[in-house]
Amino acid sequence: MNDKPILEVRHLRKHFDGTGVLEDVSFAMREGEVIVVVGPSGCGKSTLLRCINGLERPDGGEILLDGARIDGAADLVKVRRQVGMVFQSYDLFPHMDVMGNLTLGPVQALKQPRAQVEAEAEKALARVGLADRAHALPRQLSGGQKQRVALVRAMLMHPRLLLLDEITAALDPEMVREVLNVVLDLARDGMTMLIVTHEMRFAEAVADRVIFLEGGSVLEDAPPARFFHAPETDRARQFLASFEFDAVRQPPKD
Amino acid sequence: MDFDFIQRFAPMYVKAAGLTLRIGAIGILLSLAVGVLCCLARYFRVPVLRQIAAAYIELARNTPLLVQLFFLYFGLPKVGVKLSAEACAITGLTFLGGAYMAEALRSGLEAVDKAQAESGMCLGLTTLQNLRFVILPQALATAIPAIGANAIFLIKETSVFSAVALADLMYVAKDLIGMYYKTDEALLMLTVAYLALLLPLSIAFSLLERRLRYAGFGNSVQGQ
Ligand SMILES: Nc1ncnc2c1ncn2[C@@H]1O[C@H](COP(=O)(O)OP(=O)(O)O)[C@@H](O)[C@H]1O
Ligand SMILES: [Mg+2]
Repeated sequence: MNDKPILEVRHLRKHFDGTGVLEDVSFAMREGEVIVVVGPSGCGKSTLLRCINGLERPDGGEILLDGARIDGAADLVKVRRQVGMVFQSYDLFPHMDVMGNLTLGPVQALKQPRAQVEAEAEKALARVGLADRAHALPRQLSGGQKQRVALVRAMLMHPRLLLLDEITAALDPEMVREVLNVVLDLARDGMTMLIVTHEMRFAEAVADRVIFLEGGSVLEDAPPARFFHAPETDRARQFLASFEFDAVRQPPKD
Repeated sequence: MDFDFIQRFAPMYVKAAGLTLRIGAIGILLSLAVGVLCCLARYFRVPVLRQIAAAYIELARNTPLLVQLFFLYFGLPKVGVKLSAEACAITGLTFLGGAYMAEALRSGLEAVDKAQAESGMCLGLTTLQNLRFVILPQALATAIPAIGANAIFLIKETSVFSAVALADLMYVAKDLIGMYYKTDEALLMLTVAYLALLLPLSIAFSLLERRLRYAGFGNSVQGQ
């Protein structure tokens, strides 16, 4: 593993209409690292990810990708060719079939030859168990299939960094697994990923580090074993407790 | 009913229908082009152009075509611009149609989910590529019913051009009624001629619309 950070976020600040969402967020990420960002709803996890690929413009601080500042007036199109992102809502292009969705970025943005991209896309589809859906339209796919296609679509751009924003949050429970398995596969292949998720078991399994975001800054930044089993702050303990159900279990009545 | 009359003058109608169709078709295409330009000026919030587009759309939609045509015919020559009857008709039609097409396209653009544009951006597409491959196809699909209605409306509005001495369908009918007093026959042929022009167009747009809806374009079928 390379020691030079692939991504550095320094004192990032982002306000919406005067209300602070991110006040002072700093962390760095090495190549091949998987960081899971957790925190209560509305704490700015999506905003953080969107700042990193320029969908939101930060109000302060800086973001460096491979040592180069990507905030401010940098060429955001170039940045986005290196930073992939998948959202919660499966945002496949509804007017294109799966293959069309997969090839658009590499062919148009990266100017790769279509035949080569298609061959690669077919292999990638097979790997996520969708070899026979290349010519299906998005509306003919289940939510889990759509998210797998969205992951493949992002990966075919060969990003330096992949941002995943609650990609299983809109899925029926039985489809969550098939999508998370793909992410686990990517992690095994050494993909650098910044992941926002509410699937705590998955977070524990996939993360090299967990970042706990609350009140506009990073309250904890620790390996999963420590964060999940010995968190340092009360806020993190409270947050983790909200995923437990033991406390509300009632003794059986007779 | 005087069938000899009908037979005798049917060719005139066919010729006039050709003119109506030609002016209508050119007008519709130019309207679409103007509509796309206006719509993009507003979509990208291009300073100045955006205000001009908004003002033009209001002006064109809130004045009768006849008034616009009179302006073209009698106003422009006064300031030294002289257009042929056909150029006048096409200009007038485009002026009117451009505004309606702009509105149709705008509603189409607004119906495209913001997340679609962001997905395109996330793939490193340039603004223009995103527009061309991701946004416009979906916006057009949503706008097709309105565009179709506008197209039919514009072809019908060509009848107003007879007011400025263009030998279109309405003009021929009025002429024949004036010369021969065969009102029934002349109007029957007029109706048939318009139906022959508009019915196929209307059917074509319905089919297109149904196909696009089936393909799950736009926001209607997205999601599950
Ligand atoms: N475009 C926006 N305009 C105004 N407020 C926003 C915008 N995007 C997000 N917010 C607000 O910022 C806060 C953080 O949002 P978000 O980053 O989506 O949180 P999370 O992903 O952690 O749930 C929320 O209170 C949200 O309402
Ligand atoms: Mg979020």
